[in-house]
Formats: sequence, structure tokens, C-alpha cells
Amino acid sequence: MISIWLVPCIICFVLMVAVVKRVPAYEVFVEGGKEGLKMAVSLLPFLLGMMVAISILRSSGALDAFIELIKPILSSLGFPAELAPLALIRPISGTAALSVTSEMIQLYGPDSFLGRLASTMQGSTDTTLYILTVYFGAVGIKKMGDALKVGLIADLIGIIVSVIVVSWMFL
Amino acid sequence: MINVIWALMAIIGIVYAMINGTMEEVNKALFEGADEAVTLVISLTSVLVFWLGMMRIAEKAGILRGLSTLFKPVVKKVFPEIPDNHPAMGYILANFSANLFGLGNAATPMGIKAMEEMKKLSGSEKASNSMITFLVINTSSITIVPTTVIAIRMEYGSQAPTEIVSSTLVATLVTTISAILVDRLLRRRREKMRH
Repeated sequence: MISIWLVPCIICFVLMVAVVKRVPAYEVFVEGGKEGLKMAVSLLPFLLGMMVAISILRSSGALDAFIELIKPILSSLGFPAELAPLALIRPISGTAALSVTSEMIQLYGPDSFLGRLASTMQGSTDTTLYILTVYFGAVGIKKMGDALKVGLIADLIGIIVSVIVVSWMFL
Repeated sequence: MINVIWALMAIIGIVYAMINGTMEEVNKALFEGADEAVTLVISLTSVLVFWLGMMRIAEKAGILRGLSTLFKPVVKKVFPEIPDNHPAMGYILANFSANLFGLGNAATPMGIKAMEEMKKLSGSEKASNSMITFLVINTSSITIVPTTVIAIRMEYGSQAPTEIVSSTLVATLVTTISAILVDRLLRRRREKMRH
């Protein structure tokens, strides 16, 4: 409910300050907007390349096969194997993760342990690969350094912490 | 690293499809994936144009500078390499606030601007320390209200759709803090290797 008010209020506040400080609001808006358009165009090849590769991997069945392969390893570590697909897809593809979360919630019920865990996992991390693609792509960074490594480590921590927190809060 | 990962995703997929007999699906997915990317960029375009226009006004009106003065003590610790009153700081804070309030589509344009300003600071095509820290905080996403998840839970008849807000908040906080720590550790290792 807050979010319905939030955006219009932010816009109103920014414009009010601009008028008071005599900033040529419309001209400046258009100037900034042009930059946004350029950014969107330069993003397309990065996103397209990434999304095609991901959809090849998913549609071939390779990703599912890999998940089946590591399920027993995960359950031996105490991680609920049912949620292995979500844990693996979350850093790779946002749309895929969202559909997997919906499936899990539908299958196990939103108020079950697995449903709550899926909800928490979905909400507590973002799609690392997408963020790296968009942010580095838009400004033309070629060498990512440790960014991917740290991002993936953070995802792993996020998954482990979600399991611990949900077990501790709801069991 | 990203070059190898990207190529491997496609190669593994295609080779697996040869063995698994799913070549037809792969053919379809090729163009579906491309279509999806175009659709995504079009929906991003409206967001980028609008929010970057608004943010430019905020910058010119001095709102971003105000925001960064307000939170300087905290952010300075996390981003020690960004000079005081640099525009990058304002955009970083704008991006964090948008994420915090669940305005995901406003967060992206501000994040890109923040990256641009940080690139001006480093002046190279290599990711700087500040950029990596910024991205890590973004990938572990601090959100107060995960609106999408709540909507899905409501759709499937949850008795308490918002009960996961607290668990998500705790998980995301712990994750973000540990991510910052891991980043620091790797940064220190990088600097040692350089000496």
C-alpha cells in the first residue's frame, strides 16, 4: 500500500524542489531521458546474448539433469532437495526463478515449511548474472574482477541463511 | 571468466540436446530467448528514460547531494574510495533507497548511473573495488517488503501472505553483511597480490 503513494510523492518532491531552485525541470528531464534511451539500446546485445545462452541451457534439459545429479548431495548436507532447482536457478535467471517459486508454492502450499522457505529464498537475493550483465554492460566494463565470484558466494550464503532462518522462525 | 561461462552455457546445452534428443526445444528456445531480451529491453526503456530524466532533475536541484551528506558516515565506511560529495555517492544512495522500498524498476537506472560515475572515477575498463562492492550489495538485495513474493503467496491462498517479511528481512540482512565482508576479504587479497 505504501508503494502506491511512494512514487508519486517522490516525483512531487523532486519537482517542487526543482521549481523552488529554478531548475529548468522539463529541459533537464528530456536531457536525462535521452541518456536513458542510449543506455537501453546499448544494453540489448548484452541481455540478448545472456538470455539466449540461458534458454539453450534450460530447454536442452541440461540444467534439470544437473539439478537431479546434485540433489542427493544437497540432501545429505541437510538441505531440502525439493528446493534445489530454485537455489540453482535464482542467481542465473530472474524470470525462471520466479516461475519456479510459484510452482513450489503451489505444489507444497504457501504456509508449509517448503513454501515459506521458497518465498524467503526468492525474496532475499537477486539475480546475480542479470545484475552483472546490465550494470557492467551499460557502462562498458570488460574485466569483472572478483565481482562474479563474490556475487555467487553471496548467493550461496543467502541460500544457507534462508534455510537456517526459516527453520529457526517457523519450526 | 564471463566469456568462458557464457560460451559453456550454450555449448553444454547444445551438446546435451544432441544426446538427449531435445534439439527441437533448443531451436525454439534460441529465438524465444532473443525475443524475451528484446521485450525486456523495451520495458526497460520506458523505465530508464523516465527515471533518468527524474534523477537528472534531482541532481540539478541538489537533492542527490543532500541525500549523500545525510548518509555519508555509513556509506563512507562501505565505499572508502569515493571522494566526498562525488555524484556517484548520491546515485548509490538513490539506488539503495529504491531497492529498500521495493521500487526495483527505479533502482536499475540509478544503479547504472552510479556505475557510470564510478567508472569516471577509476577511468579504466576494469571493475574497480567500489563497483564490485556496489554490485555485491545489489545482488544480495536488501528489500523491506518483497511485494512479488507476497502477491504469489496471496494467489495460492496463504493464510498469512506477509509472514515471510520478517524471515526475508533477517536473511537478506545477514546475506548482505556477509557479502560485504567476503568482498573486503577478497579486496585485501587483491591488494596484497599487487604489492
